[in-house]
Amino acid sequence: MIEKALIGSRKYWTWITFLLVLIAVGLYAYSQQLIQGLHVTGMSRDVSWGVYIAQLTFLVGVAASAVMLVLPYYLHNYKKFGKIVILGEFLAIAAVSMCMMFVIVDMGKPMRLFNMFLHPTPNSVLFWDATVLSVYLGLNLLCGWVALQSEAKGIAPPKWIKPFIYLSIPWAVSIHTVTAFLYAGLPGRHFWLTAILAPRFLASAFAAGPALLILLCLLLRKISDFDAGDEAIQKLGTIVTYAAIMNFFFVGLEFFTAFYSQIPGHMHTFEYLFVGLDGKSALTPMAWISMLLGLFAIVLLIFPSLRKNTNILAMACVAIFASLWIDKGISLVIGGFVPNPFDRVTEYSPGFYEVLITIGIYAIGALILTVLYKTAIEVKKEAAK
Amino acid sequence: MYDAGKIIAGLVIFVGIVTYPIWGSIGSSVNVPVPVVKTSGTCVESAEYMRANHMQMLNEWRDEVVRDNNRVYVSQQYGKEFEKSLSSAGKASCMSCHSNKAEFCDSCHNYTAVTPYCWECHLEPKEEI
Amino acid sequence: MDENRRDFLKKAGVGSLVGLGVVSAIGVIAEKEGKASTVSEDTSGTRLGMVVDTRKCPEGCTICSEVCHSIHNVPDFRQADRSPDLKHEIKWIWKEPYHNAFPSKSGAFMSESLLSRKVAVLCNHCKSPSCVRVCPTQATFKRSDGIVLMDFHRCIGCRFCMAACPYGSRSFNWQDPREESGKQVKGGKDINPEFPTRERGVVEKCNFCAERLAKNLKPACVEKCPEGALTFGDLNNPNSEIRSILKSNNTIQRKPELGTGPSVFYIV
Repeated sequence: MIEKALIGSRKYWTWITFLLVLIAVGLYAYSQQLIQGLHVTGMSRDVSWGVYIAQLTFLVGVAASAVMLVLPYYLHNYKKFGKIVILGEFLAIAAVSMCMMFVIVDMGKPMRLFNMFLHPTPNSVLFWDATVLSVYLGLNLLCGWVALQSEAKGIAPPKWIKPFIYLSIPWAVSIHTVTAFLYAGLPGRHFWLTAILAPRFLASAFAAGPALLILLCLLLRKISDFDAGDEAIQKLGTIVTYAAIMNFFFVGLEFFTAFYSQIPGHMHTFEYLFVGLDGKSALTPMAWISMLLGLFAIVLLIFPSLRKNTNILAMACVAIFASLWIDKGISLVIGGFVPNPFDRVTEYSPGFYEVLITIGIYAIGALILTVLYKTAIEVKKEAAK
Repeated sequence: MYDAGKIIAGLVIFVGIVTYPIWGSIGSSVNVPVPVVKTSGTCVESAEYMRANHMQMLNEWRDEVVRDNNRVYVSQQYGKEFEKSLSSAGKASCMSCHSNKAEFCDSCHNYTAVTPYCWECHLEPKEEI
Repeated sequence: MDENRRDFLKKAGVGSLVGLGVVSAIGVIAEKEGKASTVSEDTSGTRLGMVVDTRKCPEGCTICSEVCHSIHNVPDFRQADRSPDLKHEIKWIWKEPYHNAFPSKSGAFMSESLLSRKVAVLCNHCKSPSCVRVCPTQATFKRSDGIVLMDFHRCIGCRFCMAACPYGSRSFNWQDPREESGKQVKGGKDINPEFPTRERGVVEKCNFCAERLAKNLKPACVEKCPEGALTFGDLNNPNSEIRSILKSNNTIQRKPELGTGPSVFYIV
């Protein structure tokens, strides 16, 4: 089926070429990082995780959001999602692939990656994260491909795929919970040491992922014949609305615990993010932009009259996606390292090669997504005839 | 076959490139290196054993020393006790006898195109690093 | 068999398996008891630890740091203008102002001596180390004598241990430590051929001089401290020197409320 992605219009191939250029630049930057070492990044002894792990954290959420299509369609027979479940599963494949690439570029010794499987360590959350992500990738590949192939042949999917589909539902929740556990069990990092981190992660995932899906559906409407249908898009919009409200409610809860208790350890990172700490405030613009974008998006989403307007919905989706990308992708991971265990503030900004590698990996994800979506659209087009 | 000319030409070029390591060194010859041992005395085990097993042995040693604090090796052949050490431990390490790394270790490693990364950390004897 | 009997037998089989599992799980859990207070200690086996007498530590003296870093070939990374590269520095033992080492202790109306005091900080070789708990390859592990060690052969450089350590004891080799070769290692001496360097891409920290302990020597910092401010020994041996110091002095630890059970004590 994938050969269908080899036939496309001029615009399609221009897009692919553009992605390949970005990937080539990213590969060159990675080669430099491999030769010179991770000191070409902006990470330091105090902020030992940066953009790479932050993207991993954010993209695991996007990957998990496929469940927001699978659950209503397969578990509750919500037929309107029938056309776009495959888009969610393929987005999950692209997102998990990017997650794994971000892990590899972040490792000090990527050639020793296999050590994680030669010496399995059940008490390490990272071991479980690698395991559940790999299985989730396999599940989505299997379920997506079998469903698409059945559609290509014009028959119903085989019965044996059902248990895998049902498994992918709790598994999606598990991948993001395990990723939250990476942070939420570390005794020295008070910004992360909160039980609500996993629910926060899930809420922001179920807002950002479907928001991206809406944007992708609207894009597909413009550039191809594929129409997801207004009802499906509106239903996704409802999901984004509730998830975004829950996410900001949880953020509010965090603020309350920190500032009503007045415990310094709880307050310090919020102070650094929003007003600055010890005279250092490099992240405050981003933190405020994230907050304002998120609230702006919620206002647009909460009124059905606004949400029903596709252009306004698209604007809200861009806003909420950007807001949550900053929140999870920057504030959360960097903030956890500030202040350091000695109560000092070390700031972080990504290095040049770090940015190029990040863009390169996003380009690889976009390439995977493009190829898979093209295949799906072509299959559906042919099946409709 | 469509485009038979192009395909066959491409195949020939591909096979040529892929098999280069086999035919590329016809004419030049390299003798099998004989590692030179400059000091007298017995090694941990016999030369044949070490030739076949020194990689495995060092692999086991590094886990046993670092993880189990088990630093003494009893030679199977000679019954003597040795300290398990590649380069440290003064007079008792591998390198204290085989100190001519270029002639002893590197000659075979270069011939077999093996690059063990031991020397990224372990210090070579009497060498400016 | 008719359908009902088959169904019943299936359910009965699964049910009894689940029941047996639940009963045995309850049995296992019921045997463990939680204890609200951690005043009593399990003292079986060896548990190596250290006492730092901060009262004896001379102002401006950094000999412990210099000796440790020089015998372990800890690199001295510099920026282009030769100023210290604080972002990428590697340190195993160093001195911090009192209030940075003990941020949860009260900073209000501190005594003169505490305001100006610097204390030696290092890996605490915890009893319940969070770094060991998170390492995905067991490259950092707890030895039976209590030392938390790094296996540099196995470390994949994921830096999860650095995030997990509540004490900031760990450093990562962001670049090749041998690039500083020809220039001095930290501590101002040349490379010590008796101890390997590390590679780029692995995490390192104080190892309680495991290589010296193997020869029955004390850790270098303990031996070379000019004021004898550092005492090293077996915390589980009631007759050891370190235990008698702990009995006769009021000691504090860094962040004990986190449950890591540090093995380094401080007399302030």
